[in-house]
Amino acid sequence: MGEVKKFMYVNRKAPFGTIYALESLEVVLIAAAFDQDVSMVFMDDGVYQLKKGVDTKAIEVKNFQPTYRALDDYDVNKLYVEAEALEARGLTAGDLCVPVEVLTRAQIGKLMEEQDILLSF
Amino acid sequence: MLHIVNKSPLDRNSLEACVAAAQAGGALLLIEDGVYAATRGNTAATALKSALDRLTVYVLAPDLAARGMSDALIEGVRLVDYGGFVDLVAEHSTCQSWL
Repeated sequence: MGEVKKFMYVNRKAPFGTIYALESLEVVLIAAAFDQDVSMVFMDDGVYQLKKGVDTKAIEVKNFQPTYRALDDYDVNKLYVEAEALEARGLTAGDLCVPVEVLTRAQIGKLMEEQDILLSF
Repeated sequence: MLHIVNKSPLDRNSLEACVAAAQAGGALLLIEDGVYAATRGNTAATALKSALDRLTVYVLAPDLAARGMSDALIEGVRLVDYGGFVDLVAEHSTCQSWL
């Protein structure tokens, strides 16, 4: 195994309107097997991915929200959420299904600069 | 006529374009990511509230529930299920989807 690289997954899409959120999770879980330094960022509509209380029975789509709660088991525990995005959507960290670190957009931009690899969803 | 919006108001300008064009007395149905516009605290909900004076606004309940936002619905908006969606389409002679 080579040196550990810093991977950041940037999620900016709402959970069910497009396939991006689910695809991001799939890739994160696969990559988690390679013992890299992984973080996930949720900004803009991406913060909706973590909004708790999901009930997909009536739309007959798989509810993949439990997977976010399982990320910690895969040592994916650096979850960053954009403060401005929460504010614009009337949400707080308490509305989310997992513990996260809330950062400003500028702080997230700074973290991006520190990464080796950015994957955008 | 019936206007349908399926995009998040903070991601696309579909809702804004729709509300600017929609004539008084019309109906607006929010589906898929469009339902976020009718949730409390969303910056777009303010714009939607002004539209409520002119338009009858409906939200597709299954899409709201899927997104965990059922408790956040703003006042004055009516919930419909899939049957209600069909009724709305049948009741209006024309339908514009703001994709």
